Amino acid sequence: MSEEPDTPPFSTVDINNDNRDDEDLFASAVQEVSLDSEVNGAREGIEKAAISDAPPSITASLASPIMEEIATERANNIIITITEPQKIGEGMSSYVAYRVLTKTNMPIFSKHEFAVLRRFSDFLGLHEKLTEKYLRSGRIIPPAPEKSIVGTTKLKMTSTPSTESANGSSAAGSVQSQFVERRRAALERFLNRVAQHPVLCIDPDFREFLESDTELPKATSTSALSGAGVLRLFNKVGETVNKITYRMDESDPWFEERSARVEALEACLRRLYGACEALAGERRELSARTHEAARACAALSGADPHAPLSRALSHTADLHEKIEHLRLEQSNTDFYVLAEHVKDYLGLIGAIKDVFHERVKVFQNWQHAQMQLTKRRENKAKAELANRPEKIEQAANEIIEWEAKVERGQQEFDTISRVIKKELERWDEVRLHDLRTALLRYLDDHMKHQAQSIRYWDAFLPEARAIK
Amino acid sequence: MTQLLQDKDYVVYFSDCVEETNHDPLSAPAAQTPGSIDPKLEKKKPNENVSLADNSLLVDISDALSEKEKVKFTVHTKTTLPEFQKSEFIVVRQHEEFVWLHDRYEENEEYAGYIIPPAPPRPDFDASREKLQRLGEGEGALTREEFLKMKEELEDEYLATFKKTVAMHEVFLQRLAAHPVFRNDSHLRVFLEYEQDLCAKPRGKMDLIGGLNFGFGSGESKSFSKHVYEQTKQTSFFLTNLFRNSDPIPKKPKQADVMRSMTTTTDEIYLGATVRDVNDFFEQETTFLQEYYSHLKEAVAKVDRMTTKHKEVADAHIRLSSCITQLATREQPPTERFLTRAAETFDKCRKIEGRMASDQDLKLADTLRYYMRDAHAAKAVLVRRLRCLAAYEAANRNLEKARAKNKDVHAPLEVQEAEQAQADACAKFEQLSARAREELIDFRTRRVAAFKKSLLDLAELEIKHARSQQELFRKSLQVLKECQ
Repeated sequence: MSEEPDTPPFSTVDINNDNRDDEDLFASAVQEVSLDSEVNGAREGIEKAAISDAPPSITASLASPIMEEIATERANNIIITITEPQKIGEGMSSYVAYRVLTKTNMPIFSKHEFAVLRRFSDFLGLHEKLTEKYLRSGRIIPPAPEKSIVGTTKLKMTSTPSTESANGSSAAGSVQSQFVERRRAALERFLNRVAQHPVLCIDPDFREFLESDTELPKATSTSALSGAGVLRLFNKVGETVNKITYRMDESDPWFEERSARVEALEACLRRLYGACEALAGERRELSARTHEAARACAALSGADPHAPLSRALSHTADLHEKIEHLRLEQSNTDFYVLAEHVKDYLGLIGAIKDVFHERVKVFQNWQHAQMQLTKRRENKAKAELANRPEKIEQAANEIIEWEAKVERGQQEFDTISRVIKKELERWDEVRLHDLRTALLRYLDDHMKHQAQSIRYWDAFLPEARAIK
Repeated sequence: MTQLLQDKDYVVYFSDCVEETNHDPLSAPAAQTPGSIDPKLEKKKPNENVSLADNSLLVDISDALSEKEKVKFTVHTKTTLPEFQKSEFIVVRQHEEFVWLHDRYEENEEYAGYIIPPAPPRPDFDASREKLQRLGEGEGALTREEFLKMKEELEDEYLATFKKTVAMHEVFLQRLAAHPVFRNDSHLRVFLEYEQDLCAKPRGKMDLIGGLNFGFGSGESKSFSKHVYEQTKQTSFFLTNLFRNSDPIPKKPKQADVMRSMTTTTDEIYLGATVRDVNDFFEQETTFLQEYYSHLKEAVAKVDRMTTKHKEVADAHIRLSSCITQLATREQPPTERFLTRAAETFDKCRKIEGRMASDQDLKLADTLRYYMRDAHAAKAVLVRRLRCLAAYEAANRNLEKARAKNKDVHAPLEVQEAEQAQADACAKFEQLSARAREELIDFRTRRVAAFKKSLLDLAELEIKHARSQQELFRKSLQVLKECQ
């Protein structure tokens, strides 16, 4: 078996998942890694301190299809966390390094737990490598977080290490740490998405990224201003033009329906993202205004000559300061749980569109070969009419050559279509599951916030009663 | 709906407002059929908020009608006092007449030592109007459903503002009617009894009846009249013409208020600088009130900003909910069910958040606001006292001058007169000081009691809302988890 079974993310081990393993994928996977299903560890082994080796029973009896199906129910047993973003160096040459901690019991990794230091461009490099290898075969590559030149430059220019400014009170510091925290969370989600992908997870480059203690070669091509970046930009422009101008006659109703659905979903998610962001923004502002109100109450309590009332007012001020933090947490919930989730999916939709486009390109190649073949055949017919044997022979050779190309093209097209179908099915399932999880987590978090709010006000009641 | 708004005047009948506003301001509008723009609130029970033990003069605003640019309050009086011709009567009054009444109290020297209940603030629907205008402009960007929900929210908000306005006018009258001295004022009688408008044409009759002397001369008075005139012209009622014209909201000049506060402030500064007060109590009160007033003002502004934002947070849920509903329509039935439920949760969540915001406004901001205005009224007492003190000192000086001038003559008429004037001024000042002291002490106790009540109410309401919010999340989590 060259491929891991399809699996939902780790947190969702309970979800039933059909095995859609496709033998044909052999051909498409650039990296063929011989693997057995030992990679699928025990259900909840990882969080526990003692991670035992994968159950041998599964390994032994995997040949039977039933066992195979059981195996597919399990997610890749791997959790990646990113912690301690820290600024290294000063000025324009400085960068933020992230500690990437991996916990797994997949035997493909040499250890159960390991950590490496990686910088943002390493992540982009990883994404680039994965795209190069797998996009052509129709894999949906989880998108890496966007570059932000403004954010990075600001970060470089501040002298305070971002880890400290996370708790810092200065407004600039909090903006910085917000930026770093957003990026940290996004990178973490990116790595986990890759890790949950059956094929991408076992890619040697991905493993090297997680495991190798040495610094990765600097991925110069990811820099936005480098020559490679410019070149890539040209390529992108070319592709976009191609995307706009070339219309493929869709023969497969599945694809037709799917791409329409993806477009509609994108529009929907975009609006939803706007709504989430607006809510988070309003709430953040409310928090700031609550702070001001708290300050005003504190000032008022200072001016009040009536001791119990003054005390109560000062408690009101304290209470509002607590509520200010609560509102900020609520806003973070709005943002990190809901908005970022939706944003990720917008990115993934971009990846899906790339994959669709890749398929169009393959189709174009195939059609091109087909055209060439027809031309050669015509040439041969012409030559036969003119009775020129040397030309006939040349044409015959060319026909054989192009026939092979057409066949390859067709095969490639079939393969990529199949892979995309499979990838999209998987993606759709993961997407719905993720959406569900995100919404549930969102509600749960907000429920906790309300509980906290009740506690705050409950504690305040006796203070108000104490006014005489 | 839009069409309807264009064609019809937005008419709101309102009654029993104090009773209402003490409760949930949203409960009444929520009870109406959604989208109804002609809400009639029946009078539920006679208002007995400020009845005290003495029922000889009871005043309430039984109805209020918002018509284009004006709010007309129906003032209902029930009395056993013999000065009134009937035992029960009704008059229709406008905001300007309330201000007129307040000013009559303020300029009456007999009441100089009393804290005169602050005049109710001018009905101000600018915020609602502005929001509705923005909504009208952004109509294209919203789905129909979102638009209707936003409009509903706005109407609720408008109704709450309206109720608050009515309540504040009522409280003003009730404080006067319950006051042992103020209730006997002849102007109050006229206000309650006289069936004609006191200021049908604000410019003419108001002047005639004797309001509006700002002590600045006729030029200023004219500009005020102009202001009133312009205000009448500009303040066309918001729901009526908002969808029709997208003119920018007219900036209403608040000259009258500015001028009024200017006279008080200049007096305050001038007297504070020239008259030496030897009384510790009043000196302390002055510093306290000045400081306290500015802190209150600041707190009101901040809390207002907070509650406005909270309202916007609540409104932001509308879009979230509608986006999720939209998403739901594209999904398979099980997911659709899941998402529809989630959207419902967000919609309910919005309502609770909105209630939180309006209760904060009602309990915290409004209490602070009321006492800010009361503190201002208390400050005015102190200014009047200083003015009286200045008069007393002037009488002293006059007496001394008269004595110096007539020291050869034995007990001349001039000295006698000056002595008399000085004694009068002294008595007046003493009396005023004594009264003011009582009033200021009373103000302090009143304030503490009111703050206590509001803070308690606020805490209880916050807990109530947080509980229902928590419960909402808990229940929908349960439902959503079951929903596969």
